[in-house]
Amino acid sequence: MTVDITRQEPAGRGSAPVIPPSKPTARSSAAQLSRRSETGALIGTIGVFIFFCIFGGAQFLATGGAASWLNIAAELGIVAIPVGLLMIAGELDLSVGSVLAASSMTLATVSGYWGLPMGVGILAALAVGVGTGFVNGILVSRTKVPSFVVTLATNFSLVGLTLGLSRLVTGTTSVAIAPDATSKNIFGTLIAGQFEVAIFWWIGIAAVVIWILQMTKFGNWIFAIGGDAESARATGIPVTKVKVGLFMTSGFGAALVGVIQTILYNGAQVSNGQSFVFNSIIAVVIGGVLLTGGYGSVWGIILGTMTFAVVSQGIYYTGWNSDWASLILGILLLAAVLMNNTFRKLALSAGIGTKKLKG
Amino acid sequence: MTAPLLRLTNVSKSFAGTNALTDISLEVHAGQVLCLLGDNGAGKSTLIKILSGFHTPTSGTVEVNGEKVVFNSPRDASSYGISTVHQFGGTFPLMGVGRSFFVGVEPTKGWGPFKHFDKKTAGEIAVREMRNLGITRVTDGNRLVGSLSGGERQSLAIARAVYFGANVLILDEPTAALGVKEATHVLRIIMQARAQGLAVIFVTHNVLHAMTVGDRFAVLIHGSKADDFKKGERTREEITDLMAGGEAMAELEAEVAQFQATADAQ
Repeated sequence: MTVDITRQEPAGRGSAPVIPPSKPTARSSAAQLSRRSETGALIGTIGVFIFFCIFGGAQFLATGGAASWLNIAAELGIVAIPVGLLMIAGELDLSVGSVLAASSMTLATVSGYWGLPMGVGILAALAVGVGTGFVNGILVSRTKVPSFVVTLATNFSLVGLTLGLSRLVTGTTSVAIAPDATSKNIFGTLIAGQFEVAIFWWIGIAAVVIWILQMTKFGNWIFAIGGDAESARATGIPVTKVKVGLFMTSGFGAALVGVIQTILYNGAQVSNGQSFVFNSIIAVVIGGVLLTGGYGSVWGIILGTMTFAVVSQGIYYTGWNSDWASLILGILLLAAVLMNNTFRKLALSAGIGTKKLKG
Repeated sequence: MTAPLLRLTNVSKSFAGTNALTDISLEVHAGQVLCLLGDNGAGKSTLIKILSGFHTPTSGTVEVNGEKVVFNSPRDASSYGISTVHQFGGTFPLMGVGRSFFVGVEPTKGWGPFKHFDKKTAGEIAVREMRNLGITRVTDGNRLVGSLSGGERQSLAIARAVYFGANVLILDEPTAALGVKEATHVLRIIMQARAQGLAVIFVTHNVLHAMTVGDRFAVLIHGSKADDFKKGERTREEITDLMAGGEAMAELEAEVAQFQATADAQ
């Protein structure tokens, strides 16, 4: 639908008194819960957590166990949150794997191989991520080729480019770096010897993005674009700019993890990062984000990331062969999607909660 | 009489040499309902797209309040107060009522970095505006649009258009997918909008619905205006015949009657 957006002043035809907010009841809060996109994800997270508490035993619950899955969750989460945001806007980003490797190699080459200051290397690495995101966004918007194909192409091109350039420049595919203490503290230290500082980055990014998605008009635009890009454009939303911005954010997230890994492990390898391509999508989808866009939440993405991390690390504490982790994740992915579909249908079924309340 | 809110003069539109619309002249005044009737493929959609700024006419002029205008985009049309509500109303089924109502024009509160989308107000206004149109079953601004009935979604979209200052409301087949009761409700809302002084262009192929609310009628056939008349000047049968192409309809009816007679005889 098209509506005058230049006029901020409502015409004010017919002004009735504001309806007093209805009192919350137990029933309506149950209805509210079933209407949230992350409800399924919450059940999933609690479910796998209890499962591994039982089969993983005390070791899983000890500090070491918590650190092992939190570290995985933090790195994946920093990638998954912006990827999920993009998915809510109706686009996919499969280039995060190469972006991670490219930014990682950039940092190691600039600050390790050439010996420039760490700050320069980090900025260059982040620029690689943001730049790739920009290219993705422009290509998707201009060519109208599905983002699945565009970012898949970027993923391959960039990994080739990274490989080729690093051989040309450094003569090798893995470069060492000796980060200074400040960079170590900010990006790549282990707190209490076990917890990656990335956990704080994850929490910080999550807090900012929750605010943006839930509390700003930009967040509303993301939902609208994912719901129906043409209608969103008709209401005056700068759809192309928002999408390009989101692709850049997604590139930034992957590049940040590239920086974190390089500094944490004192080096970079071209082959790093490809596991993030599908793992981030798994985390986002388990988190209740609709693959076709328009529906989802950051809380859901966080829960989906935690579920993924608990399964992939919890398996080591059960004493079973770790091969089974992938099987569990595969089944979990399917179960999560089915459960999320059910909750979405519940949210869309006519008059949930309100109808019952009115009797 | 004052200048019509919207007037089309000899508007034609051709796509790649094929005429979709030929010499359409129409006008609609404030507080009037113009019913645009026509069978599928008669050119109704093309006409709506011209009025809402998606297409520019190949020839002919569009005037708003006596002023000649050219719409290059849907935003141009809406800046003149022309608002189009499509068949299924809001197109964001997975958004809350309040969020969807204010897409692109979100109310904010707070200051600087704390400036944020005031979802509470958005929800309250959306619910209030719908209540003004007689929708009382929706009391929660967080209800997903997709959980509303077809009539409620139409009402939400109409409420939105009216709230943001539309003068000309174009309703594209608002009753087509609705049950009898819901359709009647939408017709009542059309009368309400008319009473508020809006010009309504009601596009439909349901003659009965058109006759219930219309002040003026225009019938499109194969991209041309076949007839143009005021309320009470034609009977329902005449309009139906005209829409279906006159003689063809009479022949069809004769054939149907033939089958009926044969069936009765057995």
